[in-house]
Amino acid sequence: MSVLKRHFPLLILSVVLLLLPLVLPNNYYYDIAIRMAINAIIVLGLNLLIGFAGQISLGHAGFVGIGAYASAILPTHFGWHPILAMLAGAAIASAIAAIVARPIFRLKGHYLAMATLGLGIIIAIVIKNEATYTGGPDGMPVAALGLMGFEISGEKQWYWVLAALLLFSFWASRNLIDSPFGRALRALHGSEVASQVMGVDIVRYKVAIFVLSAFFASLMGSVTAHYIGFVTPNIADFFHSIELMTMVVVGGMASIYGSLIGAVLLTALPQALSTFEGWETVAFGIILILCMIFMPKGLVPTLAARFGRNGQEDR
Amino acid sequence: MALLEVDNLSIAFGGVKAVQNVSFSVDRGLVYSVIGPNGAGKTTLFNLITGVYTPSEGDIRLDGKSIAGTAPHRLALKGMARTFQNLQICMNMTALENVMVGAHLQLDRNMVKAMLRFPGIARRDRELKDEARELMRFVGLESYWNLGASSMPYGALKRLEIARALAAKPQILFLDEPAAGLNTHETAEIDELVRKVADSGVTVVLVEHDMKMVMNISDRILVLDYGKKLTEGTAREVRENPDVIAAYLGSNA
Repeated sequence: MSVLKRHFPLLILSVVLLLLPLVLPNNYYYDIAIRMAINAIIVLGLNLLIGFAGQISLGHAGFVGIGAYASAILPTHFGWHPILAMLAGAAIASAIAAIVARPIFRLKGHYLAMATLGLGIIIAIVIKNEATYTGGPDGMPVAALGLMGFEISGEKQWYWVLAALLLFSFWASRNLIDSPFGRALRALHGSEVASQVMGVDIVRYKVAIFVLSAFFASLMGSVTAHYIGFVTPNIADFFHSIELMTMVVVGGMASIYGSLIGAVLLTALPQALSTFEGWETVAFGIILILCMIFMPKGLVPTLAARFGRNGQEDR
Repeated sequence: MALLEVDNLSIAFGGVKAVQNVSFSVDRGLVYSVIGPNGAGKTTLFNLITGVYTPSEGDIRLDGKSIAGTAPHRLALKGMARTFQNLQICMNMTALENVMVGAHLQLDRNMVKAMLRFPGIARRDRELKDEARELMRFVGLESYWNLGASSMPYGALKRLEIARALAAKPQILFLDEPAAGLNTHETAEIDELVRKVADSGVTVVLVEHDMKMVMNISDRILVLDYGKKLTEGTAREVRENPDVIAAYLGSNA
């Protein structure tokens, strides 16, 4: 594949991100764009785990919560530098992911779903109950994110930070999938026994991708905390996990473009539906149900198949 | 010294002794077949040797070193590859990618380097793509290379599994019923392919029901019945053995 052809999707995304500010009329729209990017990055990581490796996590918001609270607690109570706190949060989330992954990835199907669900709920409970540090259900304020004397503030600055992070994540995810590591991930999804016989240590791979997705979820938790300037336990709760999972499924399992589209649509949808006043959750639910009935493989893979491409090149 | 030595191997599932005290050895460079009526324990024997099951008793040695109970992904490192009776193709991938998975252990599998696309990784992957296409040509699947595995016909998938196993550059290859479900013409092609593989220096251990093919290409044959070794020998010896005839056709006695 030529260099241009390989980098073409990255180029398109860069252009979109560069031009978007020209059509964003005010801070409200910037805010939505930022939330889309944050979700997209988490969903990219989660799709590697769910779509490509064929595993599941119903507790991923737990890792987002760990990142958010690390960025809230460590600078406030212990005077850590925010960047250091962010990295510490990601390290804690990764460590927890690595420790629990070994036993739980011996499980399959519903049992694995239950175990990851439990993990997320435990993290949410700890955050709610350790009120001395976390402020409990009321949440706590988060210090601004400063970097070498420069403080990131305002929607416009955050937009560029998130645009850069999203471009990097998109590039890195594509690289990962198109590598021996990514191939092994997809292979263990296709046939565990065959990939084992070919030398793939399947438990190691499941653990690695779980840790990676937890790492990104935690980083984005930190970014969210600094961006909003306040955290509440809602960030770690079950509904947030389901929301992330829905973005993966609606966008398209094992589709990198699908992750972006899923995150963009499901972040925008509640805003667009706000005119329904009180009925928006019903409308939201109906749209999801229709999606699953008519496009069970998710938006991007279904459309790719519809327009005559086999989807292999369209990851 | 024999490449593969199986010594008094047994496994029981609950009360069923699927394989009982089976011993045999396979010399380097041979085509060695395992035959027997349905349920004789052939696939179980394969699963024991390739690490899918752990034997209850006995030992397996590859190159003189014991490998009994070793995890499958470690056995691949020792030059062992196999195919499956009921296909184990990754249907979510293209034909070529399936073959490339076979070469997994020859590659740099570092996650972080892959994400940042270190030049070495991408370069080696491009080389591997060419090697994998070469292998697909070797098994006669060159026209399928860019196709999703899920849209390939059954006969082609059988050969794709062999290509994937060969991508691992094994010293010993286990083929579990490569001709099962194929028509006469396709079976003849597999027959020819197995011979080509053996000629390239890979030791082949074969489980197969197609007697014409087995008698044709095997240097030695092991006959199993009810999990036990019935006899072992050349095609002619096995064909003329009264016990083998009795096991397959029944006897009056």
